[in-house]
Amino acid sequence: MRRLAVMAALLLAFPLPGAPARAQEEQSTAPYAYRQLDDPAKEASAQDLMETLRCLQCQGQSIADSDAPIAGSMRSLVRERIAAGETPEQIRTWLIERYGDYVSYSPQLTGLTWPLFAVPAILMLIAFLLLRRRFSSRGEVQ
Amino acid sequence: MSTQRTAPRWAIWLPLALFLGFVALVMIGLYRPADRVVTSALVGKPMPHFNLPPALPGRPGLDSRVLANGKPHLVNIFASWCIPCRVEAPQLAALAKAGVPIEGISVRDTPENLDTFLEQNGDPFQRIGADDDGKVQLALGSSGVPETYVVDGKGMIVYQHIGEIRPEHVAMLIEKLQEAQE
Repeated sequence: MRRLAVMAALLLAFPLPGAPARAQEEQSTAPYAYRQLDDPAKEASAQDLMETLRCLQCQGQSIADSDAPIAGSMRSLVRERIAAGETPEQIRTWLIERYGDYVSYSPQLTGLTWPLFAVPAILMLIAFLLLRRRFSSRGEVQ
Repeated sequence: MSTQRTAPRWAIWLPLALFLGFVALVMIGLYRPADRVVTSALVGKPMPHFNLPPALPGRPGLDSRVLANGKPHLVNIFASWCIPCRVEAPQLAALAKAGVPIEGISVRDTPENLDTFLEQNGDPFQRIGADDDGKVQLALGSSGVPETYVVDGKGMIVYQHIGEIRPEHVAMLIEKLQEAQE
């Protein structure tokens, strides 16, 4: 009980940083900000893409989760372009051309990011070699 | 028997050193978080084509072709609901007075609110395009309001100012516009 009281006091004393300050913004009036596409297959592919795009205002959220007006505009952009026949990767590329890699949660393989993909493979290889040496040398001792 | 290779003595400190290195990395990340400002990747590239309808009746809208008329422009992305846009209004007025052509893009706004906003804060704009659904804002790589782009006479984006224009930024923007002129 006392621990609970201490925690509550701590929470009151240090409110979570980055709590959003609500501005009086107009809701997004873009047509597909809050409306799904009629074709379920297209809506599903739009939804998959929206979950991997960063909201530029509330940056920890995807545009599928965010209620920020700019996220509404981005959702509408995604749905309208999917409806017009563009592929999700074309839309992602279009956004990266404007906002950089940061807008996408799905990391792209570039000259800068390749170590992210290579290092785990190299570590696995080193671990495998070390273990093999260890086991085989133990065999020699016996 | 004694053929078993032993690691050098200092190697015993290796895991601790690795761990401390990791802790140092985390602390650096915690105390000096990365810059979270999203700059437009279009700086140095041509202004995308757009043609926005007038934001106010009786006033011209904004066609991007106007920006390639040989003179450098400021393109100010703003909205009546945006508080920092009120803060930068005197600086925009000063720039307009200095003869800088300022074109406005009002994002997710209504004519009534915009009218009140301009009445209260002054109107430095030559043209104001209405970006009601925020599409042009996205096309420009802008992630919020206010943002101000310096566009040269050929319609190339040469500079993007993110956030409100404070008094100390005015001279810098005029300099950028002069550089764009050359």
